[in-house]
Amino acid sequence: MLILPKDTSKPFFQKQFFMAQTKEMISDKALICYHCGEICPSDSIHNEEKIFCCEGCKIVYEILNEKKLCNYYALNSSPGKSQKTEHLKNKYEYLDNDELVKKILDFSDGKISTVTFFIPQIHCSSCIWLLENLFKIDSSFLQSRVNFVEKKLSVSFQSNKISLKQVVETLAFIGYEPQISFEDVEKKSQSYVEKKLYYKVGLAGFGFGNIMLLSFPEYLSIDVSSQSLRATFSYVIFLLSLPLFFYCGSEYFISAFKGLRKKFVNIDVPLSIGIFALFVKSSYEIFVNSNPGYMDSLAGLIFFLLLGKIFQNKTYYMLNFERNYKSFFPISVTVKKSGEEKSIPLHQLKIGERVVVRNGELIPADSILFSGEGNIDYSFVTGESFPVEKVAGELIYAGGRQVGSSIELEVLKEVSQSYLTQLWNNFQIKKSEDFSFTGVANSFSKYFTFAVLFIAVAAYLFWMNRDMNIAINAFITVLIVACPCAISMSTPFTLGNTLRIFGKNDFYVKNIRVLEEMAKVDTVVWDKTGTLTEAGQTKINFEGEALSDEETVWVKSLVQNSNHPLSKKIYASLVAPGILKVDNFIEISGKGIQCEILGHKLKIGGVSFFDLQNENEFDELKSGEFSSAVSSEVYVSIDGKIRGKFKIQNKYREEAATVIEQIQRKYDAFLLSGDNETERLYLLKFFTNEANVIFRQSPIDKLNFIKKLQAEKKKVLMLGDGLNDSGALAKSNVGISVSEDILSFTPASDAILNAKMLKKLPTFLNFTTSSLKIIYVSFVISMLYNLVGFYYAVQGLLSPLVSAILMPLSSISIVIFTTIITTFFAKRKGLL
Amino acid sequence: MSVIAVLILFSIMVAGGFLGAFMWAVKSGQYDDKFTPSIRMLFDDKEQSVLKENKNTTLE
Repeated sequence: MLILPKDTSKPFFQKQFFMAQTKEMISDKALICYHCGEICPSDSIHNEEKIFCCEGCKIVYEILNEKKLCNYYALNSSPGKSQKTEHLKNKYEYLDNDELVKKILDFSDGKISTVTFFIPQIHCSSCIWLLENLFKIDSSFLQSRVNFVEKKLSVSFQSNKISLKQVVETLAFIGYEPQISFEDVEKKSQSYVEKKLYYKVGLAGFGFGNIMLLSFPEYLSIDVSSQSLRATFSYVIFLLSLPLFFYCGSEYFISAFKGLRKKFVNIDVPLSIGIFALFVKSSYEIFVNSNPGYMDSLAGLIFFLLLGKIFQNKTYYMLNFERNYKSFFPISVTVKKSGEEKSIPLHQLKIGERVVVRNGELIPADSILFSGEGNIDYSFVTGESFPVEKVAGELIYAGGRQVGSSIELEVLKEVSQSYLTQLWNNFQIKKSEDFSFTGVANSFSKYFTFAVLFIAVAAYLFWMNRDMNIAINAFITVLIVACPCAISMSTPFTLGNTLRIFGKNDFYVKNIRVLEEMAKVDTVVWDKTGTLTEAGQTKINFEGEALSDEETVWVKSLVQNSNHPLSKKIYASLVAPGILKVDNFIEISGKGIQCEILGHKLKIGGVSFFDLQNENEFDELKSGEFSSAVSSEVYVSIDGKIRGKFKIQNKYREEAATVIEQIQRKYDAFLLSGDNETERLYLLKFFTNEANVIFRQSPIDKLNFIKKLQAEKKKVLMLGDGLNDSGALAKSNVGISVSEDILSFTPASDAILNAKMLKKLPTFLNFTTSSLKIIYVSFVISMLYNLVGFYYAVQGLLSPLVSAILMPLSSISIVIFTTIITTFFAKRKGLL
Repeated sequence: MSVIAVLILFSIMVAGGFLGAFMWAVKSGQYDDKFTPSIRMLFDDKEQSVLKENKNTTLE
C-alpha cells in the first residue's frame, strides 16, 4: 500500500518547502499535476487526460476515482499534497503496541474506537470533504469530523475490523498523514478554561438584560402604583445579581486577593472595590428602601469586562508555542536486541541499548554510531541544510535526522538528558504567565487606587459633620464611579485587536502580554542560519582555476553518479551540454567520489579525501560540532591537480539587509552564529558595530549571551529558528521563532513569524509601541469619565440613573475608540 | 397589577430557558469549532443517498 518514490535521499521537509515555492510560481503554461498542483516534469504521467507529477499522485487519484470521491477535485483545483514525499517503511510499526494505542485512542469499547489526530495538511474545503467521507474508502470507518481551525480530525472506526495502524496508514496514503507525537500520548485538558468563560458571559448577559428590563420603571420614574410591586421587582433583581456577583465576578476578587497577598496592587483591586461597593450599596437599597439601586450598573460592568476577556483570548489553536522535545521526538524507537528488531516507546529507551535509525528518522538520544554510514541532517537543530557525515565510533547528538541508509547507534544518554533536550528543559520555567502582575494597567493601578481612596475619605470627612447620610453615600458612590472598568478594558481590546492584525500578517503572537513586552524591547538579537539565511536555499560558487566547458561536463558526469546531497546540489548547479560515461567509479563514504572519464582521473570530495593536509586553505575547515563549514566546501582535482572548490553557501534572505538596517536605527542589534567566521566580512556590511557580530556560539553560549544582556537591564528580543536557539529564545524577553512553514515544528517561543514576513518586523515593533500609546490615551479618556462621576459622587448625588448611563457609556466608548484607532494605524502602516 | 409579577416570573423563565440552551450548546461543543460547519453545509450531497445505504449495511 505504501509508495516508495524514486528519489529517496532528500529529506521530506526540504521538499515541502520546495513545493511551497513552486506552487506560487505556477504559470498558466506549465503542466500542473491534477492532484497536487505541482509543476510536472517532462516525463509526467498521463491518465484519462489528466496529468500527474508522480506515481503517488496518480495512485491517490485512482483510488478516489474508484470510490467515487472525485468531488474532491471539483471543490478546489489540485487540492492534494504532493505524493513525492516518501513514506517510510515500518514507520507506524509502533502502533502495534497495545499500550501506546490505548493512550492515543480517545475512546474504545472493543468494537468501536474514536481517535483524534492533528493533520497539518488540512488546508481547504476539499480536505474537509474527503476526510469526512472516509467511510467511502473503507467501510470500517464510521464517522469522521474535521475541525478546520485546529486542523484536527476525529474518526470513529470499527476496531475489530481495522487497527489504528491501518487507519493511520490509510490517512497517510491519501496524503493526510497524522502527526502523532509524544504529547498526544500524554493528553491534557484543553478548552475547559474557555468554556468556563463562555458560561460566565452567557450568565452575565442574561443577568444584564433582565436587570435592565426590570429597572426600566425606575429609569422612567413611572409611578409604580403599588409599593409591593416595586419591592417584588427589587427582590427579583437581587436574585438575578447573586450569580453575577458570586460566579461571574469571582475571578476579579480572587485575582485582587492574590495580588494583595503578594503586596502588589493590581488593576483588579480597584475593580473589586468598585464591584463590592456596588453590590453592598444596592443590596442595602433593595432591602431597606425597596428600590433596585445600582444593580444594573453592576451587571453591565461585569458583562463588558468578561466580553473584553473573550476578545483578548485570541488563540491560534493550530500553533503550539509550548512545544518541547516531547513533541519533536518520535513516540517510539526501534531497538535491536540479540539480533531482533523491536519497537518500544521512547521513554523506555535505556542507556547502552542499540537503536536502529532508518532513513528520515530522528536520532532520539545522544549516542555513538555503531555501524552504518551516518549522514546526519541537523536542519531542525541549527537551521543548517547540509548533512554532517559521521563514521562509526563518532558521537551523534540527539535531534538530527539520518539521511540515507539505516544506521545502528548505541545510546549514551537518556532522552531527557541529551545535550539539546537538557538545554531545553532547564529553561522551560520562565516568564510568569499570570496576567495580574504585568501590564500597563496594573503598574498604574497603585496610584489610582490610593487616589480613589483618598477622594472617598475626603468626601466622607467633608460631609461627616454636616450630614452623616450624605457622607456614607458619598463615600460609597465615589468607590462605585472609580471602578476602572474602562481602563481595564482598554488593554484587552487594543492589544487583542493588535494580535489579530499581526495574525493576518502571518505573525502569530502567543498572548497580549508578549505585545506589552515587545513594546519595551531595546535590543534585538539575530540568529544567522535559517533566520537571516533561507533554509533549503543554497548558492553554489566555484572558486579556483575556472573549469573549461569540457571539464564541467566531466564533473557533472561524476557527481551524477552519487546520491550524496552535496553531489546533487552541485549537479543541479552545473550547466553542461551532456553527460559522459564514467569508469571505475568509487564512492568512499564520508570522504568523496572518484572516477575516470576518457582517461582523465577526477576526484571530488572533502579535505580528508586529498593528501594535502598542510595547505593553508584547509585550515579554516576545522569547526565546531554544529557547524556546517566542513561539508559546505567540496574540492575538485583533475589528473591529480587541485583545481579549486565548490563553495556551497546558504543564501541570505533578500530583505535581510534592509531589515537589519532599519532595526539598527532604533535598537541595538547583535548577531549570534554557531558557524565559524568565514562570513564575517559579508555580515559586517549589515551590522554597523563590528563587536556585535559574534561567531562560534554554542547553544549554551547563546543562552549565556542573552543572560548577560539582561543583567545589563536590557530588554531582549531574539529571533531564531532552530533547537539550538531554544534556550536563548526561552530566556529572552520576547523570543520569536522564524519559520518557513508555521505549522511545522518550531522551538518553544513567544511568537511565530512566517519567514516571508521578516521584512515587516520593524513595522510590527513600531506598531506595538503605537498600541501602547493608544492604551495611554484611552486611560486619559476614561479618567475624564471618572472625573464626571466624581463630580456627582462627592456631592452624594450619584443617582442609579446617572450611574447606569455613565458606566456602560465609558466602557463602550473605550471599546469603539481603541478598535477604530488600532485599525486605522494598521491601515496606515500597511498591515491591513 | 399582581398579574405583572406573574408575567415577570414567566418572562424570566423563558429567558432562563434560552440561557440553558446556550449553556447546553457550549457544553456540547458547538462553540469549539466555529468555522468548519460553515464550509460543511455547502457540500453537495447528491451522492450521499448511495452512501447512507452503504453505511447502514455495514452497521448491521
